[in-house]
Amino acid sequence: MEFAPQLYARGNGGLMTDKDGALGSGDAAALSADKIVLNNIFKVFGSNVPRAVEMIQAGHGKDSVQAETRCTIGVNNASFSIKEGEIFVVMGLSGSGKSTLLRLLNRLIEPTLGSILVGGQDVTSMSKRDLIELRRRDMSMVFQSFALLPNRTVLANTAFGLEVAGVAEKERNQKALHALEAVGLERYAASRPDELSGGMRQRVGLARALANEPTILLMDEAFSALDPLIRTEMQDELLRLQAEHSRTIVFVSHDLDEAMRIGDRIAIMQDGVVVQVGTPEEIVMSPANDYVRSFFRNVDVTQVFRAGDVARHSQITLIDRAGLSVNAALERMRAHDRDIAIVVARDKRYHGMVSADSLREAVRFGGADPYRQAFLPDMAPIESDAPLAQVMGRVAESRWPVPVVDSKGRYVGTISKSSLLMTLDRAA
Amino acid sequence: MDFDLSIGAAASAAVEYTLDNFSPTLDAIADVIGFFASGIKDALSWFPPWAFIGAVALFAFWRVGWKFAVLCGAALLLIVGMGLWKETIETLALVIAATAIAITLGIPLGIFMARSSITAAGARPLLDLMQTMPAFVYLIPAAMFFGLGAVPGTIATVIFSMPPVVRLTALGLTQVSREYVEAGLAFGCTDRQLLFKVQFPLALPSIMAGVNQTIMLGLSMVVIASMIGAGGLGNTVLTGIQRLDVGLGFEGGLAVVILAIILDRLTQSLSRPAAFKLPRAVRQETGAKEDATDMKTALAEASA
Ligand SMILES: Nc1ncnc2c1ncn2[C@@H]1O[C@H](COP(=O)(O)OP(=O)(O)O)[C@@H](O)[C@H]1O
Ligand SMILES: [Mg+2]
Repeated sequence: MEFAPQLYARGNGGLMTDKDGALGSGDAAALSADKIVLNNIFKVFGSNVPRAVEMIQAGHGKDSVQAETRCTIGVNNASFSIKEGEIFVVMGLSGSGKSTLLRLLNRLIEPTLGSILVGGQDVTSMSKRDLIELRRRDMSMVFQSFALLPNRTVLANTAFGLEVAGVAEKERNQKALHALEAVGLERYAASRPDELSGGMRQRVGLARALANEPTILLMDEAFSALDPLIRTEMQDELLRLQAEHSRTIVFVSHDLDEAMRIGDRIAIMQDGVVVQVGTPEEIVMSPANDYVRSFFRNVDVTQVFRAGDVARHSQITLIDRAGLSVNAALERMRAHDRDIAIVVARDKRYHGMVSADSLREAVRFGGADPYRQAFLPDMAPIESDAPLAQVMGRVAESRWPVPVVDSKGRYVGTISKSSLLMTLDRAA
Repeated sequence: MDFDLSIGAAASAAVEYTLDNFSPTLDAIADVIGFFASGIKDALSWFPPWAFIGAVALFAFWRVGWKFAVLCGAALLLIVGMGLWKETIETLALVIAATAIAITLGIPLGIFMARSSITAAGARPLLDLMQTMPAFVYLIPAAMFFGLGAVPGTIATVIFSMPPVVRLTALGLTQVSREYVEAGLAFGCTDRQLLFKVQFPLALPSIMAGVNQTIMLGLSMVVIASMIGAGGLGNTVLTGIQRLDVGLGFEGGLAVVILAIILDRLTQSLSRPAAFKLPRAVRQETGAKEDATDMKTALAEASA
């Protein structure tokens, strides 16, 4: 029971396979297209922007530009892409340019240099009319301070984007109510925002953003103003909503735990520069510099890593088919100096684990299916999505390495005590 | 040392030039304003005093509360008792005409100031001037351009009373916090939508404070404008002063104060929710929607 599939599958891999069985879970992310692409994006704040741009192009750094032109470089040469359907977290210390970067995507802030493609369209060269259309149709935003209009009811707040887009009152109220239902607040439709708690207000903020069914959700420290318990709840809520209907989410956070918890990939910003982009695991395992490393000093790696990250494909696998010779199997195990072997189906589905002893025993007793009789007891596999924290106890107690399977039950590898210790040691 | 720039001479030359060259325009303005002001006066005087007093008391009951309604009724009856009803209505009509014009001009001007810093930079010294000039000064050009009577009185009142609504509209709009503006833009507002769906509603308390101040300034100016024949309670006060009739002056002053208090409290109440709500059963019958706000207000009232 403790290895029940994760309720909130991470990443779009698991999510897409729910709807689209054709995609392998691990491959989905790689297959999905780039939704947002940033090419050499700069944002300079200040009065002498042309001079600052000259200096930047001549290769001067943030400090010297600031010293000479009194201009602040909010975002410094950002180039990366965000994939369709992923939760992309932008993380960094306060003042590192996260909010600026986010607002460049819907041009609440005009970029100084560079181009941004959203769904193939160049946002930076868009007319005002097209930009407004894009904001109404494709992107919405959730704010740290909620930014609900105090003079409107919860319903009217939720319907705001639709109202602005010219949707008829009846239809927009219906859609808004639907969005409120999605966040569990339909009963408060007639209330005013100031009658709700912080968590509820941000649910309304989320409902407002979802009401016009955007493909992209921009969230600026959306949960940072909430207390920790509510915050976790909201993160789960977001992951649940994402599981029900996948969108591209760009989530700004200064909180590493949050980034690790919800991010498929993370971009780390330092003084306006995007210093690293990668999956949480990649960033933990090979931080680009000391700044990045400093974020992870207090990270609980057992929460960051999943069973699949630690599993090694180092055991012998035996294909479970008629006429498989037990002696040949024993011979292979002896030749590779292994005590155990994994029995899998032709489609790699995990069947069980055998040891040399249990195989010999089974042969000695005879029987139609020596493999099945030789399966070691209590060797139910772990899902590769399970956090390491949940798995550690089992690995520590088990005499044998613990098998790990993917969401389709296919064998991924095993976690042994030594591989677990090595991971913990390396990340510490 | 004798140093004379004869600014006074220049000013009167300017007035004369305007009179010589623009009198058709001035006449047209005078006609429109005269029509508007006398229309309001006729409409208000059409009501018998008891009907008027009843209506004001009911409105006061709805917006402010029963105590204030009783006070309004009693105070207006007192005016009738002092024999100043006609003058009071004249003054009220002038105030309404002048402040209506001041507000229709002032709110758009405030919006322009909030949206363009150039307009703001140009308008600000003008507003300062309008506010710091002694009220009497407006009477001179008004009388010169438009003669004597209610029209120059209204015009002088418009100019004198307009600055607060302009300023407070601009202030209210610029003070709408950045997050609401961002939210509006992020959800695809056009400039117009941003103004009318986000900024204006949020600036409404400030704008209403401006309207209130404009009305109060308008009242004070209307009284002064009786010096150029605008009529109304100002005349009563003026007559009292001229004849050294303390009693008459006091009665006129008292009526002005009563009018001021009623106008002030009623216009202030407009930016708050109404004090009186129909009982729930009645509202449900009439199909009105109840919401949590109403419940809270009702609870607060019940416990008070
Ligand atoms: N409108 C602005 N004018 C001038 N400087 C700004 C403006 N907005 C942001 N900055 C500067 O840009 C940098 C990045 O700010 P911001 O994007 O808000 O950081 P973060 O969201 O990571 O805390 C900061 O140094 C900030 O002072
Ligand atoms: Mg920020």
